[in-house]
Amino acid sequence: MGLTDPTPPPGPSEAELAGVSPNFLTTRLDALTNWGRANSLWPMPFGTACCAIEFMATAAGRFDLARFGMERMSFSPRQADVLICAGRLPFKLAPIIRRIWDQMPQPKWSISMGACASSGGIFDTYTMVQGIDTIIPVDVYVPGCPPRPEGLIYGIRLLQKKIMGETMADPTLRVEQMVDRSGFFLPPARVDELSEPFGNSVHQTRSA
Amino acid sequence: MSEAHADLAPNGVKGPGPVSALRAAFGASVLRDRVSCGDAIVWVDGARSHDILGWLRDTPGQEFNYLTDVTAVEYRDPEHPLEVVYQLRSLPRKTDLRVKVPLDKSAALEVDSVWDLWKGADWLEREVYDMFGVRFRGHPDLRRILMWDTYAEGHPLRKDFPLRGHFTRAEQTRQALAANTEAHYSIEELSIAEAFDELPEDVRRRLARGERGQVK
Repeated sequence: MGLTDPTPPPGPSEAELAGVSPNFLTTRLDALTNWGRANSLWPMPFGTACCAIEFMATAAGRFDLARFGMERMSFSPRQADVLICAGRLPFKLAPIIRRIWDQMPQPKWSISMGACASSGGIFDTYTMVQGIDTIIPVDVYVPGCPPRPEGLIYGIRLLQKKIMGETMADPTLRVEQMVDRSGFFLPPARVDELSEPFGNSVHQTRSA
Repeated sequence: MSEAHADLAPNGVKGPGPVSALRAAFGASVLRDRVSCGDAIVWVDGARSHDILGWLRDTPGQEFNYLTDVTAVEYRDPEHPLEVVYQLRSLPRKTDLRVKVPLDKSAALEVDSVWDLWKGADWLEREVYDMFGVRFRGHPDLRRILMWDTYAEGHPLRKDFPLRGHFTRAEQTRQALAANTEAHYSIEELSIAEAFDELPEDVRRRLARGERGQVK
């Protein structure tokens, strides 16, 4: 992919981490920026299945996502803050959600909405990504099949809570995680571990 | 045949059904027939399937001019042949006919394309090729349609295909992430696009209108 960085950015050294400590000024600035960020999240809707119907219901008048600062759906990743993957993700869409995530500017967050986006759900098959966290980092998982709008709103409130706890003193927060040269976002063993079958699926062998 | 005979003109349509006429025209190439749930089904020999389907489309009194679907079935019994299914509809006569072509799994899975009879068979046959690996002789553009072009795990609806695919999840994820999202066109289409300026004038006009020709 065009955005792949051949050399992943180095993490902060011990000295760097030790040099940054929160003080009165940074914590006040944090409070201000986090308040602004948490209350003006523009979602990038990535709706692929029935969860997208619930997402639309959440955005519509009765549940009114705009109450939480999600004033506008951002159909361009360039103006989006939070990627909401609503629905199952087939392997064919994996590079596309990856590309959209790479195109979103920092600061950015993501919500995995529903059982399929979080774990593959009932689709433990040859076509389906077993959880979008093998493709992009995920901040909040919303369980449900599909989650009711209240569930999604609760997930968004959790994300706002998480944003309120962020601090600029942590240099690791806004580091871009790129797909590495081998085409992996996570180490292969970690992908396999995250994709482990569960529930009824464990009784099926790979050859069945 | 048995009492459930496909010639009994299902769906209350008057007149002789297609099977006796088919038998008269093609003899032993019509393998067997039956009625299931009111639907007439006829099994035909793969070597004559194109002639038979063309005959069904063009013969007055048959006029199966609409190809509803092309699909295939593989049965759990390994001895049972894989069947390519053509679901035909006669719009003027308001009747249906299902034509099945059994393919021996020990030989190459090949059958004549009906793309020249019904243009709508193009994507249907590509899907059967993608999912079952049946090759259609004479198809203009036989390549995968649902799975991506570089998909290397096989044909997913075959019985010997494991539900989770042949590769590990990590390998599947790596291949998916390595896919080029800009690649909307097949190699053939790209080579046509590159050679566009060298093509004859009439071919360029046809391509500009979105027509496709035979790809060698």
